[in-house]
Amino acid sequence: MITETREAFMDQVKVNEPEALLTIQGLHVWYELRRFGFGHAGYVKAVDGVSFELAEGETVAVVGESGCGKSSLMKTILGLNIPTSGDVLFDGDSLSGLKGDGLRNYRFKIGYVQQDPYGALPPFMTVQKILEEPLIISGVKDKEQRMARIHKVMGEVKMHPAEDFLPKFPHMLSGGQQQRVVIARAMLREPKLIVADEPVSMLDASVRVEILKLMRALQEAHGLSVIYITHDLSTVKYFSRRIFVMYAGTLIEKAETRRVLENPLHPYTTALLAATSDPDARNADTFKEVPPGEPPSLVNPPKGCRFHPRCAKAIAGLCDEKEPVEFEPESDHFVACWLYRS
Amino acid sequence: MNAMKNSLKRLFVYPSAVMGIVVALTLVVVAVYAMVTIPYDEAIRLWRGGEEVWYQNPKFAPPAWINLFTSKKYSESFSVRTTDGSILKEVTPGEEGTSTMSASYTFDFFYDVYPQEMILYFTAKFSEKQPFISMEWLTPDGRKIRIANLAIAPKQTYRLSQDEKLKTRLKSEDVIPALFSDPETGELLKGQYQLLITGAMFEPGSDIDVEFVFHGQVYGIAGTDQSRRDLIVPLLWGAPVALAFGLIASLGTSVLTMVIAAVGTWYGGWVDELIQRITEVNLVLPFLSILIMIGTFFSRSIWVILGATILLSIFTGSIKAYRAVFMQVKESMYIEAARAYGASSNRIVFVYLIPRMIPLLIPGLVSAVPTFVFLEASLAVLGLGDPVLPTWGKIIEDANSNGALYRGYYYWILEPAVLLMITGLGFAMLGFALDRIFNPKLRDA
Repeated sequence: MITETREAFMDQVKVNEPEALLTIQGLHVWYELRRFGFGHAGYVKAVDGVSFELAEGETVAVVGESGCGKSSLMKTILGLNIPTSGDVLFDGDSLSGLKGDGLRNYRFKIGYVQQDPYGALPPFMTVQKILEEPLIISGVKDKEQRMARIHKVMGEVKMHPAEDFLPKFPHMLSGGQQQRVVIARAMLREPKLIVADEPVSMLDASVRVEILKLMRALQEAHGLSVIYITHDLSTVKYFSRRIFVMYAGTLIEKAETRRVLENPLHPYTTALLAATSDPDARNADTFKEVPPGEPPSLVNPPKGCRFHPRCAKAIAGLCDEKEPVEFEPESDHFVACWLYRS
Repeated sequence: MNAMKNSLKRLFVYPSAVMGIVVALTLVVVAVYAMVTIPYDEAIRLWRGGEEVWYQNPKFAPPAWINLFTSKKYSESFSVRTTDGSILKEVTPGEEGTSTMSASYTFDFFYDVYPQEMILYFTAKFSEKQPFISMEWLTPDGRKIRIANLAIAPKQTYRLSQDEKLKTRLKSEDVIPALFSDPETGELLKGQYQLLITGAMFEPGSDIDVEFVFHGQVYGIAGTDQSRRDLIVPLLWGAPVALAFGLIASLGTSVLTMVIAAVGTWYGGWVDELIQRITEVNLVLPFLSILIMIGTFFSRSIWVILGATILLSIFTGSIKAYRAVFMQVKESMYIEAARAYGASSNRIVFVYLIPRMIPLLIPGLVSAVPTFVFLEASLAVLGLGDPVLPTWGKIIEDANSNGALYRGYYYWILEPAVLLMITGLGFAMLGFALDRIFNPKLRDA
């Protein structure tokens, strides 16, 4: 009886809230490990219970070290991985039920900006062919229509005159230009969501800010939702309203960017922030505090809190026994850490 | 398209590539020339033809141009006849419907080796009374030798070397040398010889035609084989056959191998497993033995052999090599991007995976052509060549079974062998140059 009224209440709340563009519910992405090509040998739990909502026009950064599962999370959102359990709801589609053409149609609606712009562009295609491909695939049969769209997008990513670039091969472009082409390709079909996987980490420092500003401008102009995936906290503030900190397949801290940067709650977030490079002469002789140890194995994550073997503030008997639940010590600042149990 | 043009431009930097292109183009020109001048049916008729087609040619005659390289000059072959006016014939009517025919043929003989044979072919028109022929031989020193007097049938062949009476008359077992020698010294006489033929016809409307066939020691551009066939026919026709076999087999094998490797790599799972297991089984199967079995028990048609060759060559080591590269490409970022913007699996295989591999395919394809050209020749040498088609391999087979090398008929083996080698060399040189251009690891820039 009580649960029923509660659900009814929750439904009402949902109606009142702004419609979420992307909803992720208890997402698990596990890869099966096989022994000698058959026999089961456990799972790699790349994403292990992630839930969040993303409103239309919202930007969010997913931060975490290599191997924490950011890429698996991203690929699942893009529809490249199939969720083991849980679901991704995007713009009215539920990923778990999709197959074949449905899955391909789902993928049409999300733009994808990759890390290495040179690797992301087929080296044997010209820029024009590269940009035509997504349009051909989504069924734009008229060549003039395709070209018109391409010219428009090329203008938006500040590559004009487009005619100069269209006949070129990727290797004839600079790193920044290549990344502009990648962004243009992601923008071609007017997606509502862009997933950017470390879009500037392979670029020269001088080009980084330019590209980030470009993405920012596009985001504002089109009201895009952006999931920005990075391990580099120094670029996050340019871009995202919220930050999700990911560790060993789970989101351990979710809050507005400013709050995370100014007042990190989770010990791991604190350590991550402390490790962020900051070009300051005074730092030349100091050593940064880096969390000891290595990221945990995703096959056999530590019992209890996954960070406890590396955590200086771990509470014996609690952190190594029970998995932390999400607490909300400040409003809209969620953290999965027993330190904030009330 | 532009990239292709640039690659071709770069091709001309390599002298070996230019030579390879020249060889390949020459072969194409020869092949087209062969097919235009000797249409397929005609080529088959000539190649399968026996004595009735080739009676004008000597047996085992080297090509005429070897005289340029030898101190002893070999006599060249010719044939002349009254029907086309190369022998002048005079018919004088006589009394009561009789008539006499006289024909003479004069030729220079300035060679150092006696000819093989001289043959006269008579065709006579009469109803009851056979015409009568007498032949005489005039030597440069002025002797006049009576060869034979005979009554002729409607079709009559007269071989000078076979005439026993002539042997007695010349007091020699070998008629031909005796006719061309000084009877006292026994040495060869050079100069102008003349053959005189007179015929007597005893009916009105009776007529005689004669063809004089002179089998020298050398013949034509290419020489002849054991059944008097002019070798130029199989040498010319070998080019289109070799090119077609080599190119089709090479193209078919390379393209199918690549597509199958790409499909297997992309779809993975049981598809890939199946392809890999088939390849492993096929790798231990003896390729040539299977072809020999097919040739022996099933069919020796070149198309059957070609099909079997392609099928057996698809699942070989190269499928593993392609798979290794495709595995790498499959994981590349642009494939992930393509999946992310919704490209279907078929599109990824044919638009993203395979074009990446074309730079590897082209040099491999060109370099593989000689392998298949040689394979076809090897099968022919083993007696499994197409029974109908004239090919280079068939010439070598004939030469081999007639002991060409023991008997000194080097031209017979060398002509097809040199053509095979030039073809192989041409495509190999072109292939190496293409490899240098398309294979980034070998690019010297």
